[in-house]
Amino acid sequence: MNLSDQLIQFLLSGFATGSIYALIGLGFSIIYNATGIINFAQGEFVMLGGMVTVFFLTSLHIPLPAAILGAVAITTFVGLLFERLAIRPIRKATPINLVIITIGGSILIRGLAMLIWGKDTHAIPGFSGEEPIMIGNASLLPQHLWIFGMTTLAIIASKVFFNYTISGKAMRACAFNPRAASLIGIDVKRMVLFSFVISSAMGSVAGFIIAPLTMTSYDVGIMLGLKGFCAAIIGGMSSGLGTVLGGIILGVLESLGAGLISSGYKDAVAFIILLLILFIRPQGIFKRAESERV
Amino acid sequence: MLKIKNINTYYGQVHALKNVSIHLARGEIVTLIGANGAGKTTVLNSISAVTPVRNGEILFNTSPAHSLSPDRVVGMGISQVPEGRQVFKPLTVEDNLELGAYLRIRKREGRGVIRQSLEEVYTLFPRLKERRKQLAGTLSGGEQQMLAIGRALMAQPLLLLLDEPSMGLAPLVVQEIFTVLKNLRSEKGTTILLVEQNAKAALKMADRGYVLETGKVILEGLASELLENKEVQRAYLGKEKKEIWER
Repeated sequence: MNLSDQLIQFLLSGFATGSIYALIGLGFSIIYNATGIINFAQGEFVMLGGMVTVFFLTSLHIPLPAAILGAVAITTFVGLLFERLAIRPIRKATPINLVIITIGGSILIRGLAMLIWGKDTHAIPGFSGEEPIMIGNASLLPQHLWIFGMTTLAIIASKVFFNYTISGKAMRACAFNPRAASLIGIDVKRMVLFSFVISSAMGSVAGFIIAPLTMTSYDVGIMLGLKGFCAAIIGGMSSGLGTVLGGIILGVLESLGAGLISSGYKDAVAFIILLLILFIRPQGIFKRAESERV
Repeated sequence: MLKIKNINTYYGQVHALKNVSIHLARGEIVTLIGANGAGKTTVLNSISAVTPVRNGEILFNTSPAHSLSPDRVVGMGISQVPEGRQVFKPLTVEDNLELGAYLRIRKREGRGVIRQSLEEVYTLFPRLKERRKQLAGTLSGGEQQMLAIGRALMAQPLLLLLDEPSMGLAPLVVQEIFTVLKNLRSEKGTTILLVEQNAKAALKMADRGYVLETGKVILEGLASELLENKEVQRAYLGKEKKEIWER
C-alpha cells in the first residue's frame, strides 16, 4: 500500500470517528446553549448507549433494532433523571458548581455501570456484517456507512428542529435570553429539561453506532466525552455546523497523527488541539462575529 | 382588572418595593413614573412574577397572580415588553413574533388564527413586515422596540406592561410608538401599564399616574392633575433639567 492509498484510508476512518465526535459534541453544545453548563456527564450517555445495547443483545437476547431503541430510551430517561435530580435542585448555583456537579454525576453513572455490567469490554456485531467495502485500495466497513448515515440524519434532524419548529425556536430564545423567554410564556425549566433529553438521546446514538468499531465498556465515556467536548470547543459551542466540522477535523487529524506518527499519540492529538484552541482562539474556529445593533 | 395590594418585594436584603398598591380598570392607560431605582421596573417584574413578591396580593380579574410562574402569568393575559427591548437577536423578526404566540401555539390554536395576529402586528408596524426575514439583531433601536411590542401583542394580552419603551429612541419614533399604544386601547380595549422616565410624554398619554420614590407610592392621581402638580413638575418634568440644558 503506497502513501496516497494510506492517506485515503486515514481520511476515511478519520471522517467516521470524526462524525461520532461531532454527535457527542452536539450534545455538549445543546446543553451549553440552553443552560450555560458544560455537561461532563455527556460521555456517560454515550457509554450507556453502547452498554445498554450490549446488555439487551447478550443478556436478554433481544434483536438488535429493539435493543438499540431500548438503549436510546433508557439513556434518555437517565438524562432526564440527571437533570431532575442533580441540576434542577441547584439551578441557582454558579455555572462552575454546576459543571462540578456534572463531573460528580458522570463518576456516579460510570460507577453504577461498572457495578451492574462489570469491567469487561464488549463488542456489538456490525449492523450489516463485517465485510469490508473496497474503495480503490482503501477499505471501509459497512458500519462506517451507518455512522455517516446516522450522523447526517441526526444533524439534519437537529437543524430542522432548531430552525423550523416552535419548540426548537423557543429553545434558541431561551439560550439567548432566558428572562425574555419567560416573559413571553416559555417555561424555561422545561426547556432545560428538554435540552438534557435531546443531548442524552443524541449521545446514546453515538454510543451504539460506534460500539461495533471500537468495542465498549463501562469507562469509554471519559475519552469519548472529552473528544466530543474538544469538537464542540473547536466549533465554538455552536449547536450546528461548527461543531460538526470541529468533530470531523478532530477525527481526521487524530487518524492522520496515529497513522503517520504513531498510534500512541492518537489521544494526545485531541488534547493538543483542545489546548491550542483554548489558548489561541477560545471562541472557536468557526464562530462568526454576529452583526448586531443595540 | 388588576389590583395590587400592599406588595413587598426584595432583592436579597434590599427592600425594593414597600407596601405598593396600584390598581387598573379595564381599558385604562396608567403610568408609573419616578427616578432611576425608584422601583418602577420591579413593579412590572413583580406582576410578571420574574421577581416574586414576598407578601401582599396581586389580583388579576379577581384571581390571584402573585404565586404563579412567569409563563402562567402570560397565560392569564398579562404580557410585558421588557426594558431595553430584549428581542431575540439571533432569530428572525418573524420568528420573534411567532414566539410571542408560543403559548397559543402550544394550546393548539390554528395556524390561520396565528397568521391573522401576525398580519395585525404588521399592520400596526409596517416596517416589521418589510424586515420580517431579517435577524432581529440587525434592526434599529426603534424597530427593535416595535418588535418587542409586537411580540408581546402576539400573545393577545388583556393587560400590556411596558417598561420604558421610549428609552434611547428619537422623539419621532417615540411619538409613533405612543400613537400605536393609544390606538390599541381604543380599538382593542387593551389595558396598559406604562413605566416611563419620560414623565411628560407618559402623563400626556395616560389617564392616571402613580409616582414612585424609593420603593413607595408617594403620589397618585389623574394624569392631568399630576402634570399640574408642583412637586411632580419640579422633580420629574424637568425644570432643573431644562436649566442644565440651557447652560
